Amino acid sequence: MSTTHDRVALPPVGAQRTNLTCHFCIVGCGYHVYKWNAEVEGGRAPNQNALGLDFRKQLPPLTAIMTPAMTNVIKDKDGRRYNIMILPDRGCSVNQGLSSTRGGQLAKVMYTADGVGRERLRNPRVYVGDAWFDTSWDDALGLYCGVTKKILDSDGPAELVFDCFDHGGAGGGFENTWATGKLMFTALKTPMVRIHNRPAYNSECHATREMGIGELNNSYEDAELADVIMAIGCNSYETQTNYFLAHWVPNLLGGTVAKKQKWFPGEAAGRARIIFVDPRRTPTIAVAEQVAGNDNVLHLDIEPGTDIALFNGLLTYVVEQGWHDGDFIARHTRDFDITVPANRLSLEETSRITGVPVARLRQAAEWAYRPKAAGQRTRTMHAYEKGIIWGNDNYLIQSALVDLVLATHNVGRRGTGVVRMGGHQEGYTRPPYPGDKKIYIDQEIIQGRGLMYTAWGANPFQTTLNAEQHRAAILHRAGIVREAIGKARGASTKDKVDVIYDAVKNRGGLFLASINLYPTALAEAAHVLLPAAHPGETHLTSMNGERRCRLSERFMDPPGVARADCLIAADIANSLGAMYAAEGKADLSMRFAGFDWKTEEDAFNDGFRAAGTAGAPPIDSQGGGTGYLATYDRLRAAGNNGVQLPIKEYKDGKLIGTEMLYTDNKFDTADGKAIFKPSPWPGLPRMVADQRAKHRFWINNGRVNEVWQTGYHDMYNEFVRGRWPMAFLEINPDDAASLGVSAGDVVELFNDYGSTYAMTYPEPSIKKSQTFMQFGYWNGIAGDLVTPWTDRNIIPYYKGTWASIRRVGTVADFKETVSFKPRRYA
Amino acid sequence: MGNLVSRRQFLKLTGGAAVGAAAVSTDARAAASADAGGAVLPYKAKVVGKAGLLGPDHAVAFTFPDASSPCALLKLGTAVPGGVGPDQDIVAYSTMCTHMGCGVSYDSVQRVFRCPCHFSVFDAEKSGEMVCGQATENLPRIVLKYDGKDDSITAVAVVGLLYGRQSNIL
Repeated sequence: MSTTHDRVALPPVGAQRTNLTCHFCIVGCGYHVYKWNAEVEGGRAPNQNALGLDFRKQLPPLTAIMTPAMTNVIKDKDGRRYNIMILPDRGCSVNQGLSSTRGGQLAKVMYTADGVGRERLRNPRVYVGDAWFDTSWDDALGLYCGVTKKILDSDGPAELVFDCFDHGGAGGGFENTWATGKLMFTALKTPMVRIHNRPAYNSECHATREMGIGELNNSYEDAELADVIMAIGCNSYETQTNYFLAHWVPNLLGGTVAKKQKWFPGEAAGRARIIFVDPRRTPTIAVAEQVAGNDNVLHLDIEPGTDIALFNGLLTYVVEQGWHDGDFIARHTRDFDITVPANRLSLEETSRITGVPVARLRQAAEWAYRPKAAGQRTRTMHAYEKGIIWGNDNYLIQSALVDLVLATHNVGRRGTGVVRMGGHQEGYTRPPYPGDKKIYIDQEIIQGRGLMYTAWGANPFQTTLNAEQHRAAILHRAGIVREAIGKARGASTKDKVDVIYDAVKNRGGLFLASINLYPTALAEAAHVLLPAAHPGETHLTSMNGERRCRLSERFMDPPGVARADCLIAADIANSLGAMYAAEGKADLSMRFAGFDWKTEEDAFNDGFRAAGTAGAPPIDSQGGGTGYLATYDRLRAAGNNGVQLPIKEYKDGKLIGTEMLYTDNKFDTADGKAIFKPSPWPGLPRMVADQRAKHRFWINNGRVNEVWQTGYHDMYNEFVRGRWPMAFLEINPDDAASLGVSAGDVVELFNDYGSTYAMTYPEPSIKKSQTFMQFGYWNGIAGDLVTPWTDRNIIPYYKGTWASIRRVGTVADFKETVSFKPRRYA
Repeated sequence: MGNLVSRRQFLKLTGGAAVGAAAVSTDARAAASADAGGAVLPYKAKVVGKAGLLGPDHAVAFTFPDASSPCALLKLGTAVPGGVGPDQDIVAYSTMCTHMGCGVSYDSVQRVFRCPCHFSVFDAEKSGEMVCGQATENLPRIVLKYDGKDDSITAVAVVGLLYGRQSNIL
């Protein structure tokens, strides 16, 4: 794709318009897709184009967004070429007409033979001899299901390992989590499943859920109503962009005061203050200072991994000051009395551990928790993401945070909430997990267990912890199978299954399949690749960070014979069912029944809409027991505003949803009382502390604004690839000088667990001996350096990474073409 | 980059002094190309300054290709890709952010353009590359031609779609 266009084609009046929810972060901005015959253009007069805008003259600023990246020319299976234009929806309450740099390129990344998507899988591929070749679904499924059945029959389901998405958006959604879940848990009955970004089948929010508080409990509008926003380990300008721009910024500017006065009559109302908890001065902090003024922004730049101490110190201080809500605590919670002493930490001790001066801790407590006036509790929204999720003991940090939130009653009141900000959208509907314990799958693989591994919308080569050792084990074990396949010249599918089975059963091999949009790095090891589809090519429902469920509509054909994940799951189940039926094994065949779906909607009706209904099997669904109210037609009618789950009712032709949870102070526990959890400060895990003692630099890591996930599209998108040809490493300029490196130089990062490369990006606000590396990238893999330590629920501590750094050399291309100017707005 | 290359090659062939005449003579062909969906538009070349009058890091405002398209002309002091003039350091950009059209301001210390609306930052020394922000396009670059005979800087084309337009030429 060229980015030098100086004109675009306008959609004519009457061009087809459908809804699309952006899948390039949890926020789920609403977009309109225009599609029309590529040989036709709309005119410039407002009555000549579908946008109703007058392009005969310059549009004023902030009128609309319409860039070349928002256009493309696609070809459908009818052989016709169509223009598409994908523009942000002004009527969507989420983004209100804004587009992020990721969502603004939705059209550009749609499949065309010579565009960003040119490397998409059009057909199944099998590894034969020493190379990849396209093949038919029948051939690929014959092999995939043949090996699956052989292992299932001989060794049982626990040898079938899956690494599968469990979220919404691309590579997810209610249809696809249901279908894959039904295949893995109901049909195959394997417990050997991990999730795309972590090494076990587990929640990222065990603690808050056990305390009775689901992690998505408010609306984006609550960020407009808060007196204070406490932003903890989240970098929202970059990673929840339009939630920040459309809902936080107006409050930080004072633009929502009238709204607050209307919602909370008689209560003091002003512009919001914001407190950031983050060791790093993020680009979000820089933007917040611009809009709110330095006096309204407080940065608690804690030492890495000391969040628990911070929250315990604040809790202790708040209780000492009497700022807790005694009445709420007494009536609606349990275990406050045992938690306060267990978590007790003086501000002085908190300051010593976190490195934040006592005065600043006290100021944070006064802003966030001192009542505004008698009977007027400050409304403080607590937003958190990977700083906690991937922090020093996920379970304990969440416990400590929610303890503080509960004590100050900052949940269930409008303008509050204790919410994760999220990465992907959500979209969970699955049968219950068929195991009684959490299994550390990566360690199972490293130790040689498991015979077959299916990576489904997942790329553990780039995104797991201890990634180098995990990758080495897979490459070695999959290589054994490749060698065996290479010798099986001319073998029938049945004979090839036997050859593969011998390699995995008797020679330590691992049969590897990847189901994805692109070959991805897994093609270095895999044996079968199955081509999947993504939003726009398939109907898909997901929910965003305020539980807003939308139908993202199909508007074009997937490339080649690529299929929606739910239909691939059905194909696998139906193939296995037929194999057992052919052997006369009716009972086994029946396990694979219930996949007679023709469309994504069939999968949606079978899972999301069946949950909680009479006669349905147990289903864990984010739609709860009222998902049946949401039909595709009703969701289509609800457009880009959709409905916030759980649905309350369908009335007067509209789905009525739930804006905020726990407004009645009834929490998700047996007796409805929220539970405090003792969470004393534990220090750093030994394994992590050892690396810290041996290696000079803290390798903080995370996502960056311009890149989505592993860069699966972006590695082919020149606008992004040109910006980030390699994972960048923000480093203090003095540290860079001491290493003899300057902007654009390549460095090696290494510790006891692995090594990787990164591109040096000096940044003055990075503290000495600290760095920040782009996570999950295709060129430079931070996960290679992450220790295998996990918390009690097998949640990694990705942020707890220390390494040494050495200069590698200069890549002239990076120096010449990449900007190394400050990314923090000033 | 095909369009850019063809434009450059064309300018190279026609020579600096003939830019005005060349632009006129190609109007018909370029217009036909625009009608057919091509991307080479019939820009009318415009003299926008004299190299000798440009100060280091001082942005000079001008408009191109018409009065409603504000641009900035910069002499950076060090040669950059795409730079023209005796020192190969003169560049120009649209000052409408490609995201939503707000006016970007030039920081002569960092040599970046910043948009106050959604905080996008563009690097004047790297062809307008977005440093960080919510745009999906780099800052449109004004293609310049330098004529050593009279030290003039002429704007001849735009690389990238200007905000708020279906076509760079209204």
